[in-house]
Amino acid sequence: MTLSVRIIPCLDVTDGRVVKGVNFTDLVDAGDPVEMAALYNTEGADELTFLDISASVAGRETTLEVVRRTAEQVFIPLTVGGGIRSVEDVDRLLRAGADKISINTSALARPQLIAEIADRFGSQVLVLSVDARRARTDSGFEVTTHGGRQSAGVDAIAWVEQACVLGVGEILLNSMDADGTRAGYDIGMITAVRAVSKVPLIASGGAGSLEDFSAALDAGADALLAASVFHFGVHRIGDVKRYLGAHNYPVRAVPAQ
Amino acid sequence: MIAILDYGSGNLRSAERAFATAGNEVVVTSDRTIALEAEGLVVPGVGAFAACMSGLNGVDGAAIVRERLAKERPTLGICIGMQIMFSHGTEHSDSAPHPGVGVWDGTVSLLAAPILPHMGWNTVEVDLDSILFKGIEAESFYFVHSYAAKSAVGKMQAWSTQGERFLAAVEDGYMSATQFHPEKSGAAGLALIKNWVGSL
Repeated sequence: MTLSVRIIPCLDVTDGRVVKGVNFTDLVDAGDPVEMAALYNTEGADELTFLDISASVAGRETTLEVVRRTAEQVFIPLTVGGGIRSVEDVDRLLRAGADKISINTSALARPQLIAEIADRFGSQVLVLSVDARRARTDSGFEVTTHGGRQSAGVDAIAWVEQACVLGVGEILLNSMDADGTRAGYDIGMITAVRAVSKVPLIASGGAGSLEDFSAALDAGADALLAASVFHFGVHRIGDVKRYLGAHNYPVRAVPAQ
Repeated sequence: MIAILDYGSGNLRSAERAFATAGNEVVVTSDRTIALEAEGLVVPGVGAFAACMSGLNGVDGAAIVRERLAKERPTLGICIGMQIMFSHGTEHSDSAPHPGVGVWDGTVSLLAAPILPHMGWNTVEVDLDSILFKGIEAESFYFVHSYAAKSAVGKMQAWSTQGERFLAAVEDGYMSATQFHPEKSGAAGLALIKNWVGSL
């Protein structure tokens, strides 16, 4: 009886479409979110993450509808992040069919929001998304906001420690330096966060080769998130799982077609 | 008809959709009579033990579960909906454990594991005569919890491990329960739901 490592495709959604860029800029269209969610489910994705990067209220409403339609036909866990500022926002997303929500900027602005969400819905629904990059802080890593464009003026490791005390159930660690580059996950950053956190850790940003996935697991990640390598067909979910399985990492078998 | 008990916990929409795939009419309800009379009752649950018990008592849920058992009507608990069927739970308790419905004697307590919550897909060790797991004995199911029951209760058990061995499912006549979320466990979860619905 062994817990499998999770492979999680991430769909960045704006105005009802999946997009992907490099270092959070130069976005290109990658497809319909509901169709892609269903395809990834069929291919053996262990969870799905929707990141709403819409700038407008209308865009957010569209995402809510995307979540609703996806949850009606895909029976694996669905995490939704982006633009969540209150317990009411969380409630609305959970009612639409999200199983977990991820918060980032709003928690930095008001850390108590973590405790408020955890108290109402339980820690298990709450993923802290940490957009971090290498910088001259105490740990060598700082938190950024606004898709990596601004420094939050916060040390990444200190922030993770604080958030765990406040009650997050999981950490989604995005390397802003590695995002979209396919040059590998930031192994040093994963190791540093793993050392201070006892909640599950999802590595994100930089997945390129199959070896990159196993390297992140060796550094202490429990789950692996990737976007562009899946959206653009560099690897299929099954390729990653077969590679990891062949190297003795526990994976959930890809469902029979 | 399958009734999914609405006692103010979590997202019931996905449970409703998942149970509907088994072909029966499904209603999400907090109505006492409907919950009592339904062919099958599902007690879902997301949240802390005491908060869920409080919500359950708010719709007279403990009495409904007991009355259904007495009338030999099947009930399925999911996740916290499994945990609160035990006599006690230690989640967020400073002194004495919180009381549960008490269908089974036992205490639901924190898993001794390096990483919690136990979150993700895990395999289970299944009783050969299991009805729920028939045909899906080797599959993985989606768990998300930090607390669990660790001693055998009921007629048949399924076990899993995170740090230590714990009860992943129980089949006990008209009362069944899973610690994992079948409604979030893909094709294997839908197969388990179909097995339960087929046994009604």
